Amino acid sequence: MKTWLKTSAAASAIGLGLLTAPAFAQSADSGADSGADGGAKDGGSIVITYKDDVATLDPAIGYDWQNWSMIKSLFDGMMGYEPGTTTLRPDLAESYDISEDGKTFTFHLRSGVKFHNGREMTADDVKYSLDRVTNPKTQSPGAGFFGSISGYDEVAAGKAETLSGVSVVDPHTVRIELSRPDATFLHVMALNFASVVPKEAVEQYGADFGKHPVGTGAFKLAEWTLGQRLVFEKNKDYWRKGVPHLDQITFEVGQEPIVALLRLQRGEVDVPGDGIPPAKFLEVMNNPETKAQVVEGGQLHTGYITMNVTMKPFDKKAVRQAVNMAINKERIVKIINNRAVPANQPLPPSMPGYDKAYKGYAYDPQKAKAMLAEAGFPNGFETELYAMNTDPNPRIAQAIQQDLAAIGIRAELKALAQANVIEAGGQKDQAPMIWSGGMAWIADFPDPSNFYGPILGCAGATEGGWNWSWYCNEALDKEAAEADSIVDPAKADERSRMWSDVYGKIMEDAPWAPVFNEQRFTMKSKRMGGDDSLYVDPVAIPVNYDYVYVTDVQ
Amino acid sequence: MIAYLARRLGQAVLILFGVSVITFALLYLLPADPVRQIAGRSATPETVANIRRELGLDQPFLVQYGRYLAGLLQGDLGRSYLQRSEVSELIAARLPASLLLMAGAIACELVFGLTMGLIAAVKRGSALDQGLMVASFVGVSAPQFVVGLLLLYVFAVRLGWFPIGGYGSWRHLVLPSVTLGILGAGWYARMMRSSMLDVLRQDYVRTARAKGLSRAVVLLRHALPNAILPVIAMVGIDIGLFMSGIVVVESVFGWPGIGQLAWQAIQRVDIPIIMGVTLVSACAIVLGNLLADTLAPFIDPRIKLQ
Repeated sequence: MKTWLKTSAAASAIGLGLLTAPAFAQSADSGADSGADGGAKDGGSIVITYKDDVATLDPAIGYDWQNWSMIKSLFDGMMGYEPGTTTLRPDLAESYDISEDGKTFTFHLRSGVKFHNGREMTADDVKYSLDRVTNPKTQSPGAGFFGSISGYDEVAAGKAETLSGVSVVDPHTVRIELSRPDATFLHVMALNFASVVPKEAVEQYGADFGKHPVGTGAFKLAEWTLGQRLVFEKNKDYWRKGVPHLDQITFEVGQEPIVALLRLQRGEVDVPGDGIPPAKFLEVMNNPETKAQVVEGGQLHTGYITMNVTMKPFDKKAVRQAVNMAINKERIVKIINNRAVPANQPLPPSMPGYDKAYKGYAYDPQKAKAMLAEAGFPNGFETELYAMNTDPNPRIAQAIQQDLAAIGIRAELKALAQANVIEAGGQKDQAPMIWSGGMAWIADFPDPSNFYGPILGCAGATEGGWNWSWYCNEALDKEAAEADSIVDPAKADERSRMWSDVYGKIMEDAPWAPVFNEQRFTMKSKRMGGDDSLYVDPVAIPVNYDYVYVTDVQ
Repeated sequence: MIAYLARRLGQAVLILFGVSVITFALLYLLPADPVRQIAGRSATPETVANIRRELGLDQPFLVQYGRYLAGLLQGDLGRSYLQRSEVSELIAARLPASLLLMAGAIACELVFGLTMGLIAAVKRGSALDQGLMVASFVGVSAPQFVVGLLLLYVFAVRLGWFPIGGYGSWRHLVLPSVTLGILGAGWYARMMRSSMLDVLRQDYVRTARAKGLSRAVVLLRHALPNAILPVIAMVGIDIGLFMSGIVVVESVFGWPGIGQLAWQAIQRVDIPIIMGVTLVSACAIVLGNLLADTLAPFIDPRIKLQ
């Protein structure tokens, strides 16, 4: 956040300076669409395929990359993002104020926004939705994101039914008090978990609300045939004028990615939701005709090797640094057909706080070997490397194994199902090394703090946690907390620098060997229109449903 | 007869109980935590603990199983952890597709298997016989995902005769039915061949020939009905084979049946679905066997129910 923001007129200026600049004309009218595409056509329908069934569409519960973007199109929250970018913009809020101390956020709601059931959305719904997502009975995986709201602890403990920090000022104003300044709070309010839901519909459908979603979003659910298809239909009363462009989206489930690709080539499918199958990647990219249907973009992802700092010999910093020098990242990137770029630090390049000047540990097996000898392992040692058992992860793990062998580390490969690797990583003395592929961290929101707490901070270094290197540096935890208390957007650069510093110190301690940042490749049918950035939208995978359109309608 | 059925049904209940205990125990012992699959990456430890408590997964094994069994006895299979829908609803939505596929597979294995067996028996010892028996051997041993992908590639992608996976018309049904039925067809070819040879050696066949009936009439009127019955009686037992086969075949062809449901649930540690599908499959297998055994005496009077 670069400016101290008050109204949506300046919304486009909240830029976090991420990724490439939005490829859209920016309109400043309140309620108008700042992502509008002049050439867009309205109407038509598209087909999207998935292999797996769609899990729940309840925004408080849905938390996989497949239902995430679907929920985004069915529901809205106070905040959202400019299409195709990571730039925050007010969504159901028309504007908001932040108090000087950074602890009070006041959201002014748009008027005339209607739920799919026809009722007008008010401030009471916002409060109800936040109370619901934090209530333990809802079982929301995202409840913890709201931990900075006053009264969260009481609700989480089941001692209160409602968040004392959230108050309805009038039907169009909600005030949220935080117990501590939280620089990420606007991002939190843009998460699906913060979507506004109508109480009467939630109560009517009970546990089945996820199958009968009622929101304020651009689309509404028209049909859900279990195991076969879901149909989204355009919400004609959508409050944002001009979108969505499509009349209908059909999601066909149970389709193998390879089958989806064949059907795409026949014109039966518009976007294969699971992407290009790895085995077909080269074939697709080597054919100019199919390559033209592919859109490439970055994503907030880092693939890394964790080294368990509580297990010998990885308790020695020199050993961890040696491993960092031993990994030939260029070769690993080649193994996956250049679907990634080599990484030298935990943050992906498009994240604020990424340190462009940082050089990382250069590939140098000779020096790595010398360092191992110096650390007391002239003949190396034996260890275990855990990895997920689906392609390409075993191949990557084998490459890592060979690189380690070159400096004398004999790593036994343990290729297991995803759930089993996650389980092993969450136990203190189980997995000395883990290749994160297939389970790697993809940011929930575009902020550097999101890469720290759960995976590198002390909070995650617990039984069942995600900090698989069990690295816990209390001084860094303190510095991180300090950075996150800088809410003033004018000091955003200072905050970014503090985060760069945190990650720089982590790399000095080397609990991870960062390997690469995965790129995203989305394939689309020839009739799909809209800017390329919509097809690699950082928050909507595979595509931003609200803004894409088809060119073959009148 | 009634006493026999009552005893068999009693056994069936015991078998299903055993299946439920063993499956539940295996899933309990699995070194994978369903709560972490639900909670995802960003969940705080307290959120994980909360979800575990709400789902009752913090309870000891016996309590968890007791609760499940109590629900089961009331016809409640529980709710999916990830889809949050009633398991019975998820299975009911997909069962018709699986039954249709099985019907297709049964038709396919009988048509192919019986024809091959009949021809092989008639042409016993010839090169054709040997060729058919090799083919049946290949059918029995070929992995279903290989057969499925091969058929898909040749008949759907290359020739374009059938749709590339999916569900809806009879044309969607053909390739998955053949894939699922090919294994059974191999068995039936071999059984039909030996059953037919057996019958052809009987005195009445020789008598029929001796009284001047044509070879074709003897084969089709006299020998075939007697040879075919014991073979068809085996169909009930095939249900076990199909139940394991549909997991693979439905995944390859994108067929929206319970096999696909089970496969997805296994990958996501969605225990209520895995339990539900296992129990439904076990029911089908038990019933299929019961049916085969009960029908046997009607087909072959030498067999007596005890």
